[in-house]
Amino acid sequence: MSDDVAIVGIGMHPFGRHEGVSGMEQGAAAIRTACADANVEWADLEFAFGGSVAAGNPDSMVSQMGLTGLQFINVVNGCATGGSALISAYNTIKSGAFDIGLAIGFDKHERGAFRVNTGKSGERDWYGGSGMALTTQFFGMKINRYMEEYGITQDALARVSAKAFRNGSLNENAWRRQALSEKEVLQSAMLSYPLTQYMFCSPGEGGVALILARADKAHKYTKNPIFLKSAVVRSRRYGSFEVLAPSLALDYADGPTVDASQKAFEAAGVGPEDIDVAQLQDTESGAEIMHMAENGFCEHGEQEAMLANGETEITGRLPVNTDGGCLANGEPVGASGLRQVYENVLQLRGDAGKRQVPNNPKVAYTHVYGAPGISGVTILST
Amino acid sequence: MAELSINENVMDLTPEGPRLKGMRCKSCNNHVFPMQKGCPKCTSADVEEVHLGTKGTLWAWTIQGFPPKAPPYLGETDPAKFKPYGVGYVELPGELKVESRLTVSDPTALNIGMEMELVGEKIGKDEEGNDLITFAFAPV
Ligand SMILES: [Zn+2]
Repeated sequence: MSDDVAIVGIGMHPFGRHEGVSGMEQGAAAIRTACADANVEWADLEFAFGGSVAAGNPDSMVSQMGLTGLQFINVVNGCATGGSALISAYNTIKSGAFDIGLAIGFDKHERGAFRVNTGKSGERDWYGGSGMALTTQFFGMKINRYMEEYGITQDALARVSAKAFRNGSLNENAWRRQALSEKEVLQSAMLSYPLTQYMFCSPGEGGVALILARADKAHKYTKNPIFLKSAVVRSRRYGSFEVLAPSLALDYADGPTVDASQKAFEAAGVGPEDIDVAQLQDTESGAEIMHMAENGFCEHGEQEAMLANGETEITGRLPVNTDGGCLANGEPVGASGLRQVYENVLQLRGDAGKRQVPNNPKVAYTHVYGAPGISGVTILST
Repeated sequence: MAELSINENVMDLTPEGPRLKGMRCKSCNNHVFPMQKGCPKCTSADVEEVHLGTKGTLWAWTIQGFPPKAPPYLGETDPAKFKPYGVGYVELPGELKVESRLTVSDPTALNIGMEMELVGEKIGKDEEGNDLITFAFAPV
């Protein structure tokens, strides 16, 4: 395993709704916290990759952070925006171009389901106009088919949500911090059958900053460097079943999650059995279930028993979404993937407080998935 | 007032009913909806526009339970008047799986593998008051 790149500082602006605070200000607050964590100044950072989908061009934040002349590159890559900023920072340090820099992601979205504009200029938007073009429909269709194929029940969906809100109640940075019972989850409004309101995450706000440095210099900044063993982003292949697709091929192929996961394990030189804690994309509770298998942590269909046995609880065999995931934190797209990495750094440092995974976790995994059929995976270790 | 296709680049209204306009690749026979100018399977640009089939089987489905945002949605967005509608992928043999509204919105009446056929459905009105017709699949 290579120990080329270390995470030496982390900062987060709480997720949720923050009236009067711009997405970029939330990003700037996260950067200041991360700099303090790494004992560096903004002026010490040699480069930055910034991701935001709906809250402005990240590089313009230099005007409030300081005009130091650093290399600042914007990244926009759908739901993998934050993950793509991280992989860019990782490769920049691995290449030897710079020694220390920043991955920053932030966002601020309007309320309600994501509004997707699919219209071409000069013609009527038939797709959105007809009442398709909703990401929620894809998730409903995919899990509905998966449940029939592999014997997953609505109780399993409710267990995932109840776990998320329970974990969120232990997280001072989470948006939804009130625990909900399985029954409350099942009885909430049916949004996209078989998924109810409390099985879906909401677009939200927040910011996360990570400071990365060459591994051999990491101890200059922190006594607790966390090493980035691999960071992989993959797009879809022909035949995969993806969000916002007016048509699908008759052929079937695995989605980008499977490809990104396999490559990340290979690059890190570890396997699913080595992972002590995992943050998996849970846009809705069915996604967490499907992603457990797609990332190699179980066979399709085994999730039903794993959830019933509490194996993915903080105290279980494979804790999943220990900070409450997207369900409890909401999804500011530019920051969401970096939130997962932030949580894993806390867990590996032993700094996760009331939600700390027991027995000193050593290897941690993150996974994002989203439009238009893109996935990012990272593996961290102590 | 007339009935008009929601978008003539994706659907023709014919005397026999609506017809979806897709891409057929002349190199590998792959189909894509709507029409586009290159084949994502084999990368060929030698493609033609065809009317897709009108009968198939349901491959995946859900029920849209809340009003979509307008724009872009052209249908009913008042929560008091909104009625849930089905959305699914229908597999057209030898062609592709097409995403579509479904005329059925009762989860107990939808099953993967059931036979479906293409129909037109009024979705809204244009600026001149003409009815805009989109496509849906109905149980056979
Ligand atoms: Zn072709």
